[in-house]
Amino acid sequence: MPALGADMEAGTLVEWLIKPGDWVKRGDVVAVVETQKGAIEIEIFSEGVVSELVVPVGAKVPVGSLIARIGVPGEAPTPPVTAFPAAPPTPAPPPTTTPVATALPALRGGKITPAARRRAAELGIDPAGLLGTGVEGAVSVADVEAAAAHSAPVSLVALPPRRAGFDSAEMRKAIAAAMGRSKREIPHYYLSHTVDLGAALAWLAAFNDSQPVPNRLLPAVLLLKASALALREVPQLNGAYGDGGFKPGPGIHVGWAISLRGGGLIAPAIRDADTRSLPELMSVMRDLVQRARAGGLRSSELASSTVTVTSLGDRGAETVMGIIYPPQVALIGYGSIGSRPWVVGKRVKPRPLVTVSLAADHRVSDGHIGALLLIAIERLLQEPEKL
Amino acid sequence: MSDTETKSMIVELLSAIAPEGDFAALVGTEDLRETLDLDSMDFMNFVVALHERTGIDIPEADYPKLRTLDGAIAYLAR
Repeated sequence: MPALGADMEAGTLVEWLIKPGDWVKRGDVVAVVETQKGAIEIEIFSEGVVSELVVPVGAKVPVGSLIARIGVPGEAPTPPVTAFPAAPPTPAPPPTTTPVATALPALRGGKITPAARRRAAELGIDPAGLLGTGVEGAVSVADVEAAAAHSAPVSLVALPPRRAGFDSAEMRKAIAAAMGRSKREIPHYYLSHTVDLGAALAWLAAFNDSQPVPNRLLPAVLLLKASALALREVPQLNGAYGDGGFKPGPGIHVGWAISLRGGGLIAPAIRDADTRSLPELMSVMRDLVQRARAGGLRSSELASSTVTVTSLGDRGAETVMGIIYPPQVALIGYGSIGSRPWVVGKRVKPRPLVTVSLAADHRVSDGHIGALLLIAIERLLQEPEKL
Repeated sequence: MSDTETKSMIVELLSAIAPEGDFAALVGTEDLRETLDLDSMDFMNFVVALHERTGIDIPEADYPKLRTLDGAIAYLAR
């Protein structure tokens, strides 16, 4: 059971998307786990043949528990473990020694969208038997509904009733645990800086003018990219703090804070944000917001951020002073963009301004380093065409 | 399309974005972003949905005209 963030203690396995004998490779979605942050798709980081599913559907197990065994290619599958206490006998097919996928074509990859999974549970349809017509052969809501309309339910799914999206009381507990730990353990320091966005917004308006409606960008994308590029210059603020002290991040993986309707917050990772184009970042952001609200985030997106960026948007407050998400060492926050007085040359003029703030871990860096980051962000936002 | 049809289309698109919104109580002159608690991304998705449904190319400079129900109905009726 992977830890999907510093605050997670246990997860409930709600669905296996693999079975013994299946061949899996790095990045495959193998299971769905219900956490305080909603239903999360669990990816695998090794390659081989599934020899055993240790944890049955419906079981809640602590982080770190063995949930399945994967045989290394070329070796015989590992023998089944009988020591796991709560596991009832799994009705698994006999272990196979060959990496032959025995799945039906419809099951290959075992992909199903979260919305389709919920719909299937509502309709009492077993999605495993369905032919997927969605992206990469994933079973979609339409597939589920078509199956429900044209045939009797294949079998009732033995799942607990699925919650739509997430449980806001559970999410509040997760936020309380993570933020409580942060405030107890991390000696925060805070800096803020006001940045003139005139050049950035003028560039954005011209860009959006040349683009069809669906391809237009939000100002938040410029803020995200400028933050990521600035972190390249100030790597002391990108990474994790643990027993061995500070460890720089393997890349600039920005946790993008998304507020959820009905309360709650989640910050899935936008990997290598410094290397991506603005349109690419925009589409990643839209996809993440959609999946965060529908409950379809992946495990790698919840555990790999090296820093967090939050933007309050156009109706938010002027300034945000963030709380660092452990084990990260910094959080960059943008208030709402507003027209306010600013000195340009020798005149006071109305300019679109944003206050960018930094909350950083004093065990790792000092205010001088923090200031370098904010100044770099300001500089980068004056040349939006280079972002 | 009549104003009533336009209104029901707008409500349909908005309810996909803000499913918990009370659309029966929606006042035509209220700022939709305030009433339905739409953030920048939500509002952008609303404009994209309007564009995809009607085929109208909506320049970004016109987005403020879509902020109220009445404004959006008038804009789409042009």
